[in-house]
Amino acid sequence: MKVLNDLFYTKEHEWVKVEGEEAYIGISDYAQHELGDIVYVELPEIDDEFDAEESFGVVESVKAVSDLYMPVGGTIIEVNEELEDEPELVNEDAYENWIIKVKMTDKSELDELLSGEEYQAYCAEEE
Amino acid sequence: MFPYIPNTKQDEEKMLDFIGKSSIDDLFEDIPKSIALNRSLNLDHPLSEVEVSKKVSTMANKNISTDEYPCFLGAGAYDHYIPSIVPRLMFRSEFYTSYTPYQPEINQGTLQVIFEFQTMIANLTGMDVSNASLYDGPTATAEAALIALDKQKGNTIVVSKSVHPETRRILKTYMDCKDVQVKEIDIKDGATDLEQLKSTINKDTLGVIVQNPNFFGVIEDYTDAVELAHNNKALMIMNVDPISLGILKTPGEYGADIAVGEGQSLGNPLNFGGPYLGFMAVKKSLMRKMPGRIVGQSEDHEGNRAFTLTLQAREQHIRREKAISNICSNQALNALAATIYMATLGKKGLKEVAMQSSQKAHYTYRELLKTGKFKEVYNKPFFKEFVFETSMDIDQLNNKLLEKGIIGGFNIEKAYPNRKNQILFCVTEKRTKEEIDNLVNVLEVIL
Repeated sequence: MKVLNDLFYTKEHEWVKVEGEEAYIGISDYAQHELGDIVYVELPEIDDEFDAEESFGVVESVKAVSDLYMPVGGTIIEVNEELEDEPELVNEDAYENWIIKVKMTDKSELDELLSGEEYQAYCAEEE
Repeated sequence: MFPYIPNTKQDEEKMLDFIGKSSIDDLFEDIPKSIALNRSLNLDHPLSEVEVSKKVSTMANKNISTDEYPCFLGAGAYDHYIPSIVPRLMFRSEFYTSYTPYQPEINQGTLQVIFEFQTMIANLTGMDVSNASLYDGPTATAEAALIALDKQKGNTIVVSKSVHPETRRILKTYMDCKDVQVKEIDIKDGATDLEQLKSTINKDTLGVIVQNPNFFGVIEDYTDAVELAHNNKALMIMNVDPISLGILKTPGEYGADIAVGEGQSLGNPLNFGGPYLGFMAVKKSLMRKMPGRIVGQSEDHEGNRAFTLTLQAREQHIRREKAISNICSNQALNALAATIYMATLGKKGLKEVAMQSSQKAHYTYRELLKTGKFKEVYNKPFFKEFVFETSMDIDQLNNKLLEKGIIGGFNIEKAYPNRKNQILFCVTEKRTKEEIDNLVNVLEVIL
Protein backbone atom coordinates (compact mmCIF):
# COMPACT_ATOMS: atom_id res chain seq x y z
CA MET A 1 0.00 0.00 0.00
CA LYS A 2 1.33 3.39 -1.06
CA VAL A 3 0.93 6.46 1.17
CA LEU A 4 2.44 9.79 0.16
CA ASN A 5 3.72 11.79 3.09
CA ASP A 6 3.11 15.25 1.62
CA LEU A 7 -0.70 14.77 1.49
CA PHE A 8 -3.51 15.04 4.04
CA TYR A 9 -5.92 12.11 4.49
CA THR A 10 -9.38 11.36 5.88
CA LYS A 11 -10.66 8.26 7.64
CA GLU A 12 -12.98 7.86 4.62
CA HIS A 13 -9.80 7.35 2.53
CA GLU A 14 -9.76 10.61 0.54
CA TRP A 15 -6.51 12.52 0.13
CA VAL A 16 -5.92 16.29 -0.18
CA LYS A 17 -3.01 17.94 -1.93
CA VAL A 18 -2.80 21.61 -0.98
CA GLU A 19 -1.62 24.29 -3.45
CA GLY A 20 -2.06 27.67 -1.77
CA GLU A 21 -5.79 28.32 -1.32
CA GLU A 22 -6.66 25.49 -3.68
CA ALA A 23 -6.54 21.73 -3.27
CA TYR A 24 -6.69 18.56 -5.35
CA ILE A 25 -8.78 15.76 -3.88
CA GLY A 26 -8.73 12.06 -4.73
CA ILE A 27 -8.99 8.63 -3.11
CA SER A 28 -6.06 6.75 -1.58
CA ASP A 29 -4.22 3.77 -2.98
CA TYR A 30 -5.66 1.74 -0.08
CA ALA A 31 -9.19 2.77 -1.13
CA GLN A 32 -8.74 1.87 -4.81
CA HIS A 33 -7.27 -1.48 -3.79
CA GLU A 34 -10.17 -2.24 -1.45
CA LEU A 35 -12.76 -1.20 -4.06
CA GLY A 36 -11.32 -3.30 -6.85
CA ASP A 37 -11.89 -2.45 -10.53
CA ILE A 38 -13.48 0.99 -10.69
CA VAL A 39 -16.12 1.27 -13.41
CA TYR A 40 -17.62 4.70 -12.83
CA VAL A 41 -16.84 7.96 -11.06
CA GLU A 42 -19.71 10.40 -10.65
CA LEU A 43 -18.33 13.93 -10.67
CA PRO A 44 -19.88 17.14 -9.31
CA GLU A 45 -20.32 20.25 -11.45
CA ILE A 46 -18.02 23.24 -11.51
CA ASP A 47 -19.11 25.98 -9.09
CA ASP A 48 -20.92 23.50 -6.84
CA GLU A 49 -20.25 24.28 -3.19
CA PHE A 50 -19.82 21.69 -0.44
CA ASP A 51 -19.15 21.69 3.30
CA ALA A 52 -16.56 19.43 4.83
CA GLU A 53 -17.82 15.84 5.14
CA GLU A 54 -20.58 16.44 2.59
CA SER A 55 -20.85 13.90 -0.25
CA PHE A 56 -19.59 15.32 -3.56
CA GLY A 57 -19.70 12.26 -5.77
CA VAL A 58 -19.79 8.51 -6.07
CA VAL A 59 -17.28 5.88 -7.04
CA GLU A 60 -18.59 2.60 -8.35
CA SER A 61 -16.52 -0.56 -8.64
CA VAL A 62 -17.39 -4.11 -9.59
CA LYS A 63 -17.65 -4.80 -5.86
CA ALA A 64 -19.30 -1.74 -4.35
CA VAL A 65 -20.66 1.77 -4.72
CA SER A 66 -19.26 4.32 -2.29
CA ASP A 67 -19.86 7.98 -1.65
CA LEU A 68 -17.01 10.44 -1.86
CA TYR A 69 -16.79 12.94 1.01
CA MET A 70 -15.26 16.40 1.10
CA PRO A 71 -12.21 16.40 3.39
CA VAL A 72 -12.53 20.20 3.61
CA GLY A 73 -15.27 22.61 2.56
CA GLY A 74 -14.92 24.41 -0.77
CA THR A 75 -16.09 25.30 -4.25
CA ILE A 76 -15.42 23.00 -7.19
CA ILE A 77 -13.13 24.73 -9.67
CA GLU A 78 -12.15 21.73 -11.78
CA VAL A 79 -13.16 18.09 -12.23
CA ASN A 80 -11.02 15.37 -13.78
CA GLU A 81 -13.04 14.73 -16.94
CA GLU A 82 -10.68 11.96 -18.04
CA LEU A 83 -12.34 9.78 -15.40
CA GLU A 84 -15.67 9.95 -17.28
CA ASP A 85 -14.30 7.69 -19.99
CA GLU A 86 -11.43 6.04 -18.11
CA PRO A 87 -12.44 5.54 -14.48
CA GLU A 88 -9.83 2.75 -14.26
CA LEU A 89 -7.12 5.46 -14.12
CA VAL A 90 -7.86 5.67 -10.39
CA ASN A 91 -6.81 2.01 -10.06
CA GLU A 92 -3.64 2.63 -12.07
CA ASP A 93 -2.44 5.53 -9.93
CA ALA A 94 -4.74 6.85 -7.23
CA TYR A 95 -2.52 9.82 -6.40
CA GLU A 96 -1.72 10.94 -9.95
CA ASN A 97 -5.39 10.78 -10.94
CA TRP A 98 -7.12 13.33 -8.76
CA ILE A 99 -10.94 13.60 -8.87
CA ILE A 100 -11.75 17.24 -8.11
CA LYS A 101 -9.93 20.52 -7.56
CA VAL A 102 -11.49 22.92 -5.04
CA LYS A 103 -11.04 26.39 -3.70
CA MET A 104 -11.03 25.86 0.04
CA THR A 105 -13.46 27.83 2.22
CA ASP A 106 -11.46 27.54 5.43
CA LYS A 107 -7.90 26.25 5.37
CA SER A 108 -7.94 25.61 9.12
CA GLU A 109 -10.15 22.59 8.41
CA LEU A 110 -6.96 20.88 7.21
CA ASP A 111 -5.88 20.63 10.85
CA GLU A 112 -8.60 18.02 11.38
CA LEU A 113 -7.11 15.69 8.76
CA LEU A 114 -4.59 12.88 9.13
CA SER A 115 -0.93 13.15 8.14
CA GLY A 116 0.67 10.48 5.98
CA GLU A 117 2.10 8.67 9.02
CA GLU A 118 -1.21 8.84 10.90
CA TYR A 119 -3.12 7.56 7.87
CA GLN A 120 -0.68 4.68 7.42
CA ALA A 121 -1.20 3.71 11.05
CA TYR A 122 -4.98 4.03 10.64
CA CYS A 123 -5.02 1.73 7.61
CA ALA A 124 -2.81 -0.81 9.39
CA GLU A 125 -5.42 -0.89 12.17
CA GLU A 126 -8.23 -1.35 9.64
CA GLU A 127 -6.52 -4.39 8.06
CA MET B 1 -69.52 -26.69 -12.88
CA PHE B 2 -66.73 -29.06 -11.93
CA PRO B 3 -64.79 -27.75 -8.95
CA TYR B 4 -61.15 -27.66 -9.98
CA ILE B 5 -59.95 -29.51 -6.92
CA PRO B 6 -58.23 -32.74 -7.94
CA ASN B 7 -58.68 -34.71 -4.69
CA THR B 8 -61.22 -37.51 -4.80
CA LYS B 9 -63.32 -38.60 -1.82
CA GLN B 10 -60.99 -41.59 -1.47
CA ASP B 11 -57.91 -39.27 -1.43
CA GLU B 12 -59.51 -37.21 1.32
CA GLU B 13 -60.34 -40.23 3.43
CA LYS B 14 -56.82 -41.59 3.03
CA MET B 15 -55.30 -38.29 4.16
CA LEU B 16 -57.69 -37.90 7.10
CA ASP B 17 -57.03 -41.46 8.15
CA PHE B 18 -53.25 -40.83 8.05
CA ILE B 19 -53.46 -37.85 10.42
CA GLY B 20 -56.11 -39.49 12.56
CA LYS B 21 -59.08 -37.25 11.87
CA SER B 22 -62.53 -38.38 10.90
CA SER B 23 -63.72 -35.37 8.86
CA ILE B 24 -62.53 -32.11 7.27
CA ASP B 25 -64.48 -30.17 9.92
CA ASP B 26 -62.24 -31.75 12.57
CA LEU B 27 -59.36 -29.74 11.11
CA PHE B 28 -61.08 -26.59 12.32
CA GLU B 29 -61.96 -27.80 15.81
CA ASP B 30 -59.65 -25.16 17.35
CA ILE B 31 -62.11 -22.46 16.29
CA PRO B 32 -64.68 -21.89 19.07
CA LYS B 33 -68.23 -22.90 18.10
CA SER B 34 -69.46 -19.46 19.22
CA ILE B 35 -67.65 -17.62 16.39
CA ALA B 36 -67.85 -20.30 13.70
CA LEU B 37 -70.36 -19.82 10.88
CA ASN B 38 -72.91 -22.59 11.28
CA ARG B 39 -74.50 -22.38 7.84
CA SER B 40 -73.38 -22.43 4.20
CA LEU B 41 -72.18 -19.26 2.54
CA ASN B 42 -74.93 -17.28 0.87
CA LEU B 43 -73.91 -18.04 -2.72
CA ASP B 44 -75.95 -18.76 -5.82
CA HIS B 45 -76.29 -22.39 -6.77
CA PRO B 46 -73.41 -23.76 -8.85
CA LEU B 47 -73.51 -23.32 -12.62
CA SER B 48 -72.25 -25.54 -15.39
CA GLU B 49 -69.38 -24.32 -17.56
CA VAL B 50 -71.70 -23.45 -20.44
CA GLU B 51 -73.93 -21.46 -18.06
CA VAL B 52 -70.99 -19.53 -16.60
CA SER B 53 -69.66 -18.78 -20.06
CA LYS B 54 -73.02 -17.44 -21.19
CA LYS B 55 -73.54 -15.34 -18.07
CA VAL B 56 -70.10 -13.71 -18.26
CA SER B 57 -70.33 -12.93 -21.97
CA THR B 58 -73.80 -11.40 -21.53
CA MET B 59 -72.37 -9.13 -18.86
CA ALA B 60 -69.30 -8.29 -20.98
CA ASN B 61 -71.49 -7.43 -23.95
CA LYS B 62 -73.07 -4.61 -21.99
CA ASN B 63 -69.78 -2.73 -22.43
CA ILE B 64 -69.51 -0.49 -25.45
CA SER B 65 -66.14 -0.82 -27.14
CA THR B 66 -64.36 1.22 -29.78
CA ASP B 67 -64.77 -1.77 -32.10
CA GLU B 68 -68.49 -1.01 -32.40
CA TYR B 69 -68.74 2.74 -31.77
CA PRO B 70 -66.50 5.34 -33.43
CA CYS B 71 -64.53 7.09 -30.69
CA PHE B 72 -63.86 10.85 -30.54
CA LEU B 73 -62.47 10.66 -27.01
CA GLY B 74 -58.76 11.12 -26.31
CA ALA B 75 -57.36 13.19 -23.42
CA GLY B 76 -54.37 10.96 -22.79
CA ALA B 77 -55.46 7.54 -24.11
CA TYR B 78 -55.87 7.10 -27.84
CA ASP B 79 -57.77 4.87 -30.23
CA HIS B 80 -55.11 4.38 -32.92
CA TYR B 81 -55.19 1.38 -35.22
CA ILE B 82 -53.27 -1.68 -34.03
CA PRO B 83 -52.01 -3.86 -36.90
CA SER B 84 -52.98 -7.51 -36.37
CA ILE B 85 -49.31 -8.53 -36.35
CA VAL B 86 -48.95 -6.82 -32.94
CA PRO B 87 -51.29 -9.11 -30.93
CA ARG B 88 -50.35 -12.10 -33.11
CA LEU B 89 -46.66 -11.86 -32.14
CA MET B 90 -47.25 -10.58 -28.63
CA PHE B 91 -49.43 -13.56 -27.70
CA ARG B 92 -46.79 -16.09 -28.73
CA SER B 93 -46.17 -18.07 -25.56
CA GLU B 94 -42.41 -17.30 -25.57
CA PHE B 95 -43.21 -13.58 -25.22
CA TYR B 96 -46.52 -13.66 -23.42
CA THR B 97 -45.23 -15.48 -20.36
CA SER B 98 -42.19 -13.27 -19.95
CA TYR B 99 -42.28 -10.95 -17.00
CA THR B 100 -39.58 -8.33 -16.54
CA PRO B 101 -36.58 -10.63 -16.24
CA TYR B 102 -35.33 -11.40 -12.75
CA GLN B 103 -32.86 -13.97 -13.95
CA PRO B 104 -32.08 -11.72 -16.85
CA GLU B 105 -29.23 -13.18 -18.86
CA ILE B 106 -30.98 -16.47 -19.60
CA ASN B 107 -33.83 -14.48 -21.18
CA GLN B 108 -31.90 -13.27 -24.23
CA GLY B 109 -35.07 -12.85 -26.33
CA THR B 110 -36.79 -10.67 -23.76
CA LEU B 111 -33.63 -8.61 -23.32
CA GLN B 112 -33.31 -8.13 -27.08
CA VAL B 113 -36.89 -6.85 -27.29
CA ILE B 114 -36.20 -4.34 -24.50
CA PHE B 115 -32.92 -3.31 -26.17
CA GLU B 116 -34.78 -2.64 -29.43
CA PHE B 117 -37.56 -0.79 -27.57
CA GLN B 118 -34.92 1.48 -25.99
CA THR B 119 -33.25 2.10 -29.36
CA MET B 120 -36.53 3.07 -31.01
CA ILE B 121 -37.64 5.32 -28.14
CA ALA B 122 -34.26 7.08 -28.17
CA ASN B 123 -34.57 7.60 -31.95
CA LEU B 124 -38.18 8.75 -31.73
CA THR B 125 -37.56 11.30 -28.96
CA GLY B 126 -34.17 12.38 -30.33
CA MET B 127 -32.54 11.66 -26.96
CA ASP B 128 -29.28 9.82 -26.19
CA VAL B 129 -30.55 6.94 -24.09
CA SER B 130 -33.86 5.36 -23.05
CA ASN B 131 -34.73 3.01 -20.20
CA ALA B 132 -36.70 -0.24 -20.44
CA SER B 133 -40.07 1.54 -19.82
CA LEU B 134 -41.98 2.59 -16.69
CA TYR B 135 -45.51 2.02 -15.40
CA ASP B 136 -47.28 4.76 -17.35
CA GLY B 137 -46.90 8.31 -18.66
CA PRO B 138 -47.84 10.16 -15.45
CA THR B 139 -45.51 8.16 -13.16
CA ALA B 140 -42.74 8.50 -15.77
CA THR B 141 -43.20 12.28 -15.50
CA ALA B 142 -43.01 12.13 -11.70
CA GLU B 143 -39.87 9.96 -11.95
CA ALA B 144 -38.33 12.62 -14.19
CA ALA B 145 -38.98 15.19 -11.46
CA LEU B 146 -37.16 12.88 -9.01
CA ILE B 147 -34.12 12.90 -11.32
CA ALA B 148 -34.19 16.70 -11.23
CA LEU B 149 -34.38 16.57 -7.43
CA ASP B 150 -31.30 14.37 -7.28
CA LYS B 151 -29.28 16.17 -9.94
CA GLN B 152 -30.08 19.86 -9.42
CA LYS B 153 -30.13 22.16 -6.42
CA GLY B 154 -33.36 23.71 -5.22
CA ASN B 155 -36.79 22.83 -3.84
CA THR B 156 -39.36 23.59 -6.55
CA ILE B 157 -40.75 21.90 -9.63
CA VAL B 158 -42.50 24.20 -12.08
CA VAL B 159 -45.26 22.64 -14.19
CA SER B 160 -47.56 24.15 -16.80
CA LYS B 161 -51.32 23.84 -16.29
CA SER B 162 -51.46 22.72 -19.90
CA VAL B 163 -49.98 19.39 -18.71
CA HIS B 164 -52.60 16.61 -18.29
CA PRO B 165 -54.45 17.24 -14.96
CA GLU B 166 -53.99 13.63 -13.83
CA THR B 167 -50.25 13.80 -14.54
CA ARG B 168 -50.06 16.91 -12.34
CA ARG B 169 -51.94 15.18 -9.53
CA ILE B 170 -49.57 12.23 -9.57
CA LEU B 171 -46.60 14.60 -9.71
CA LYS B 172 -47.89 16.39 -6.59
CA THR B 173 -48.35 13.10 -4.75
CA TYR B 174 -44.73 12.12 -5.49
CA MET B 175 -43.35 15.58 -4.64
CA ASP B 176 -45.30 15.86 -1.37
CA CYS B 177 -43.32 12.91 -0.01
CA LYS B 178 -40.05 14.64 -0.96
CA ASP B 179 -40.96 18.07 0.44
CA VAL B 180 -40.69 19.58 -3.01
CA GLN B 181 -43.02 22.44 -3.87
CA VAL B 182 -44.94 22.20 -7.14
CA LYS B 183 -45.69 25.57 -8.77
CA GLU B 184 -48.23 25.63 -11.59
CA ILE B 185 -48.10 28.07 -14.48
CA ASP B 186 -51.37 29.42 -15.88
CA ILE B 187 -52.61 28.94 -19.40
CA LYS B 188 -52.83 31.92 -21.73
CA ASP B 189 -54.60 31.44 -25.07
CA GLY B 190 -54.27 27.67 -24.80
CA ALA B 191 -50.54 27.68 -24.12
CA THR B 192 -48.20 28.04 -21.13
CA ASP B 193 -48.04 31.69 -20.00
CA LEU B 194 -44.38 32.45 -20.77
CA GLU B 195 -44.34 35.73 -18.82
CA GLN B 196 -45.53 33.93 -15.71
CA LEU B 197 -43.05 31.14 -16.34
CA LYS B 198 -40.28 33.72 -16.53
CA SER B 199 -41.22 35.33 -13.24
CA THR B 200 -41.64 31.95 -11.51
CA ILE B 201 -38.42 30.17 -12.51
CA ASN B 202 -35.46 30.98 -10.30
CA LYS B 203 -32.36 29.31 -8.92
CA ASP B 204 -34.51 27.18 -6.59
CA THR B 205 -36.20 25.57 -9.59
CA LEU B 206 -35.18 21.94 -10.03
CA GLY B 207 -37.04 21.31 -13.24
CA VAL B 208 -39.70 22.62 -15.63
CA ILE B 209 -42.38 20.22 -16.89
CA VAL B 210 -44.35 20.85 -20.07
CA GLN B 211 -46.44 18.75 -22.43
CA ASN B 212 -46.50 18.69 -26.23
CA PRO B 213 -49.04 18.66 -27.77
CA ASN B 214 -50.55 19.95 -24.56
CA PHE B 215 -53.70 18.63 -22.85
CA PHE B 216 -55.88 20.75 -25.18
CA GLY B 217 -54.16 19.34 -28.27
CA VAL B 218 -52.33 22.63 -28.87
CA ILE B 219 -48.81 22.44 -30.27
CA GLU B 220 -46.77 24.79 -28.09
CA ASP B 221 -43.42 26.35 -28.97
CA TYR B 222 -41.07 25.60 -26.08
CA THR B 223 -37.92 27.26 -27.42
CA ASP B 224 -38.02 30.08 -24.84
CA ALA B 225 -39.06 27.75 -22.02
CA VAL B 226 -36.01 25.54 -22.62
CA GLU B 227 -33.73 28.57 -22.49
CA LEU B 228 -35.39 29.88 -19.31
CA ALA B 229 -34.98 26.51 -17.62
CA HIS B 230 -31.33 26.13 -18.58
CA ASN B 231 -30.43 29.71 -17.62
CA ASN B 232 -31.65 28.84 -14.13
CA LYS B 233 -29.91 25.46 -13.96
CA ALA B 234 -33.23 23.62 -14.05
CA LEU B 235 -33.86 20.47 -16.08
CA MET B 236 -36.28 20.73 -18.99
CA ILE B 237 -38.73 17.81 -18.84
CA MET B 238 -41.01 17.28 -21.84
CA ASN B 239 -44.01 14.97 -21.79
CA VAL B 240 -44.79 14.06 -25.39
CA ASP B 241 -47.29 12.06 -27.44
CA PRO B 242 -45.06 9.52 -29.22
CA ILE B 243 -47.32 9.44 -32.30
CA SER B 244 -46.91 13.20 -32.72
CA LEU B 245 -43.14 12.79 -32.97
CA GLY B 246 -43.68 11.40 -36.46
CA ILE B 247 -44.13 15.00 -37.58
CA LEU B 248 -43.35 17.37 -34.68
CA LYS B 249 -40.07 18.73 -33.33
CA THR B 250 -38.61 16.18 -30.89
CA PRO B 251 -37.58 16.85 -27.27
CA GLY B 252 -34.02 16.22 -28.46
CA GLU B 253 -34.32 18.96 -31.08
CA TYR B 254 -35.71 21.31 -28.41
CA GLY B 255 -32.68 20.61 -26.21
CA ALA B 256 -34.80 19.04 -23.46
CA ASP B 257 -32.97 17.08 -20.75
CA ILE B 258 -35.63 14.42 -20.22
CA ALA B 259 -38.37 13.16 -22.53
CA VAL B 260 -41.23 11.17 -21.01
CA GLY B 261 -44.68 10.15 -22.11
CA GLU B 262 -47.52 7.68 -22.28
CA GLY B 263 -46.72 4.84 -24.67
CA GLN B 264 -50.23 3.35 -24.91
CA SER B 265 -50.88 4.77 -28.36
CA LEU B 266 -47.97 2.68 -29.67
CA GLY B 267 -49.80 -0.56 -30.37
CA ASN B 268 -51.56 -0.97 -27.02
CA PRO B 269 -55.38 -1.19 -26.82
CA LEU B 270 -57.34 1.19 -24.57
CA ASN B 271 -58.06 -1.75 -22.21
CA PHE B 272 -60.57 0.29 -20.16
CA GLY B 273 -57.66 2.28 -18.69
CA GLY B 274 -54.67 -0.01 -18.49
CA PRO B 275 -52.17 -1.58 -18.29
CA TYR B 276 -50.23 1.02 -20.25
CA LEU B 277 -46.54 1.87 -20.35
CA GLY B 278 -44.49 4.96 -19.66
CA PHE B 279 -41.33 5.78 -21.53
CA MET B 280 -38.34 7.86 -20.51
CA ALA B 281 -35.29 8.98 -22.49
CA VAL B 282 -32.55 11.33 -21.31
CA LYS B 283 -29.38 13.14 -22.28
CA LYS B 284 -26.23 11.08 -21.76
CA SER B 285 -25.23 13.13 -18.71
CA LEU B 286 -28.36 11.91 -16.88
CA MET B 287 -28.00 8.26 -17.89
CA ARG B 288 -26.85 7.11 -14.44
CA LYS B 289 -29.77 8.89 -12.79
CA MET B 290 -32.47 7.05 -14.74
CA PRO B 291 -34.86 4.87 -12.76
CA GLY B 292 -35.57 1.27 -13.64
CA ARG B 293 -33.56 -0.79 -16.00
CA ILE B 294 -31.43 -0.46 -19.11
CA VAL B 295 -30.56 -3.38 -21.31
CA GLY B 296 -27.15 -3.17 -22.96
CA GLN B 297 -25.56 -4.99 -25.84
CA SER B 298 -22.39 -6.92 -25.14
CA GLU B 299 -20.49 -10.05 -26.18
CA ASP B 300 -20.46 -13.46 -24.51
CA HIS B 301 -17.23 -15.40 -23.89
CA GLU B 302 -17.38 -16.81 -27.41
CA GLY B 303 -17.68 -13.36 -28.96
CA ASN B 304 -21.39 -13.68 -29.87
CA ARG B 305 -23.75 -10.74 -29.64
CA ALA B 306 -25.40 -10.90 -26.22
CA PHE B 307 -27.71 -8.72 -24.14
CA THR B 308 -27.36 -7.86 -20.50
CA LEU B 309 -29.18 -5.94 -17.83
CA THR B 310 -26.80 -3.07 -17.15
CA LEU B 311 -28.60 -0.70 -14.84
CA GLN B 312 -30.39 -2.42 -12.05
CA ALA B 313 -27.86 -3.06 -9.32
CA ARG B 314 -27.87 0.31 -7.68
CA GLU B 315 -31.53 0.50 -6.72
CA GLN B 316 -32.24 -3.13 -6.27
CA HIS B 317 -29.29 -4.60 -4.44
CA ILE B 318 -27.07 -1.91 -2.99
CA ARG B 319 -27.39 1.67 -1.82
CA ARG B 320 -31.15 1.28 -1.51
CA GLU B 321 -31.28 4.11 1.00
CA LYS B 322 -29.66 6.45 -1.55
CA ALA B 323 -31.75 5.40 -4.54
CA ILE B 324 -33.69 8.17 -6.30
CA SER B 325 -36.38 5.71 -7.31
CA ASN B 326 -37.45 2.28 -6.15
CA ILE B 327 -38.65 1.19 -9.56
CA CYS B 328 -37.12 -2.22 -10.22
CA SER B 329 -39.49 -3.31 -12.94
CA ASN B 330 -40.77 -2.35 -16.35
CA GLN B 331 -43.88 -2.93 -18.45
CA ALA B 332 -42.28 -5.67 -20.51
CA LEU B 333 -45.38 -6.93 -22.32
CA ASN B 334 -46.69 -3.45 -23.16
CA ALA B 335 -43.20 -2.40 -24.26
CA LEU B 336 -43.15 -5.49 -26.48
CA ALA B 337 -46.40 -4.35 -28.13
CA ALA B 338 -44.92 -0.87 -28.63
CA THR B 339 -41.75 -2.39 -30.11
CA ILE B 340 -43.64 -4.56 -32.60
CA TYR B 341 -45.85 -1.58 -33.48
CA MET B 342 -42.91 0.74 -34.14
CA ALA B 343 -41.01 -1.93 -36.08
CA THR B 344 -44.10 -2.62 -38.21
CA LEU B 345 -44.82 1.01 -39.04
CA GLY B 346 -41.27 2.25 -39.40
CA LYS B 347 -40.43 5.94 -39.78
CA LYS B 348 -42.71 6.37 -42.80
CA GLY B 349 -45.66 4.58 -41.23
CA LEU B 350 -45.49 6.57 -38.02
CA LYS B 351 -45.36 9.80 -39.99
CA GLU B 352 -48.39 8.63 -41.99
CA VAL B 353 -50.37 7.89 -38.79
CA ALA B 354 -49.48 11.34 -37.43
CA MET B 355 -50.35 13.12 -40.69
CA GLN B 356 -53.66 11.32 -41.16
CA SER B 357 -54.70 11.89 -37.55
CA SER B 358 -53.88 15.57 -37.84
CA GLN B 359 -55.59 16.03 -41.21
CA LYS B 360 -58.75 14.22 -40.10
CA ALA B 361 -58.83 16.24 -36.87
CA HIS B 362 -58.57 19.45 -38.91
CA TYR B 363 -61.34 18.28 -41.26
CA THR B 364 -63.59 17.55 -38.26
CA TYR B 365 -62.73 20.95 -36.79
CA ARG B 366 -63.73 22.78 -39.99
CA GLU B 367 -66.92 20.79 -40.51
CA LEU B 368 -68.06 21.30 -36.92
CA LEU B 369 -67.38 25.05 -37.13
CA LYS B 370 -69.51 25.23 -40.29
CA THR B 371 -72.55 23.99 -38.34
CA GLY B 372 -72.51 27.26 -36.39
CA LYS B 373 -73.22 25.31 -33.19
CA PHE B 374 -69.64 25.47 -31.92
CA LYS B 375 -67.10 28.18 -31.37
CA GLU B 376 -63.39 27.64 -31.12
CA VAL B 377 -61.79 28.21 -27.74
CA TYR B 378 -58.21 28.69 -28.90
CA ASN B 379 -56.86 29.97 -32.15
CA LYS B 380 -53.66 27.92 -32.01
CA PRO B 381 -52.07 25.17 -34.12
CA PHE B 382 -53.24 21.73 -32.92
CA PHE B 383 -52.34 18.10 -33.56
CA LYS B 384 -55.20 15.60 -33.23
CA GLU B 385 -57.31 17.20 -30.47
CA PHE B 386 -59.10 20.56 -30.13
CA VAL B 387 -61.44 22.35 -27.71
CA PHE B 388 -64.85 23.69 -28.69
CA GLU B 389 -67.50 25.53 -26.71
CA THR B 390 -71.22 24.99 -27.25
CA SER B 391 -74.59 25.80 -25.70
CA MET B 392 -75.22 22.41 -24.11
CA ASP B 393 -73.86 20.74 -21.00
CA ILE B 394 -71.18 18.33 -22.24
CA ASP B 395 -72.26 15.27 -20.20
CA GLN B 396 -75.74 15.69 -21.66
CA LEU B 397 -74.32 16.08 -25.16
CA ASN B 398 -72.15 12.97 -24.78
CA ASN B 399 -75.13 10.91 -23.57
CA LYS B 400 -77.10 11.93 -26.64
CA LEU B 401 -74.16 10.98 -28.87
CA LEU B 402 -73.96 7.60 -27.14
CA GLU B 403 -77.63 7.00 -27.93
CA LYS B 404 -76.68 7.51 -31.58
CA GLY B 405 -73.78 5.07 -31.34
CA ILE B 406 -70.95 7.59 -31.05
CA ILE B 407 -68.39 8.00 -28.25
CA GLY B 408 -68.11 11.77 -27.72
CA GLY B 409 -65.29 13.97 -26.46
CA PHE B 410 -63.81 14.80 -23.04
CA ASN B 411 -65.78 17.14 -20.79
CA ILE B 412 -63.22 19.88 -19.96
CA GLU B 413 -65.22 20.83 -16.85
CA LYS B 414 -64.16 17.55 -15.23
CA ALA B 415 -60.55 18.73 -15.07
CA TYR B 416 -61.04 22.52 -15.06
CA PRO B 417 -64.24 23.05 -12.98
CA ASN B 418 -64.86 26.70 -13.96
CA ARG B 419 -64.97 25.86 -17.65
CA LYS B 420 -68.53 24.91 -18.61
CA ASN B 421 -69.80 23.60 -21.95
CA GLN B 422 -66.32 22.94 -23.35
CA ILE B 423 -65.47 19.68 -25.09
CA LEU B 424 -62.14 18.21 -26.18
CA PHE B 425 -62.55 16.22 -29.39
CA CYS B 426 -59.94 13.72 -30.56
CA VAL B 427 -59.66 12.35 -34.09
CA THR B 428 -57.21 9.58 -34.96
CA GLU B 429 -56.35 8.03 -38.33
CA LYS B 430 -58.94 5.31 -37.56
CA ARG B 431 -61.89 7.66 -38.08
CA THR B 432 -63.33 7.51 -41.58
CA LYS B 433 -64.85 10.44 -43.48
CA GLU B 434 -68.21 8.68 -43.13
CA GLU B 435 -67.87 8.51 -39.33
CA ILE B 436 -66.80 12.15 -39.10
CA ASP B 437 -69.64 13.36 -41.35
CA ASN B 438 -72.07 11.32 -39.29
CA LEU B 439 -70.77 12.94 -36.07
CA VAL B 440 -71.29 16.39 -37.62
CA ASN B 441 -74.82 15.56 -38.81
CA VAL B 442 -75.84 14.05 -35.48
CA LEU B 443 -74.46 17.05 -33.56
CA GLU B 444 -76.35 19.43 -35.85
CA VAL B 445 -79.58 17.69 -34.88
CA ILE B 446 -78.79 17.41 -31.16
CA LEU B 447 -77.74 21.03 -30.64
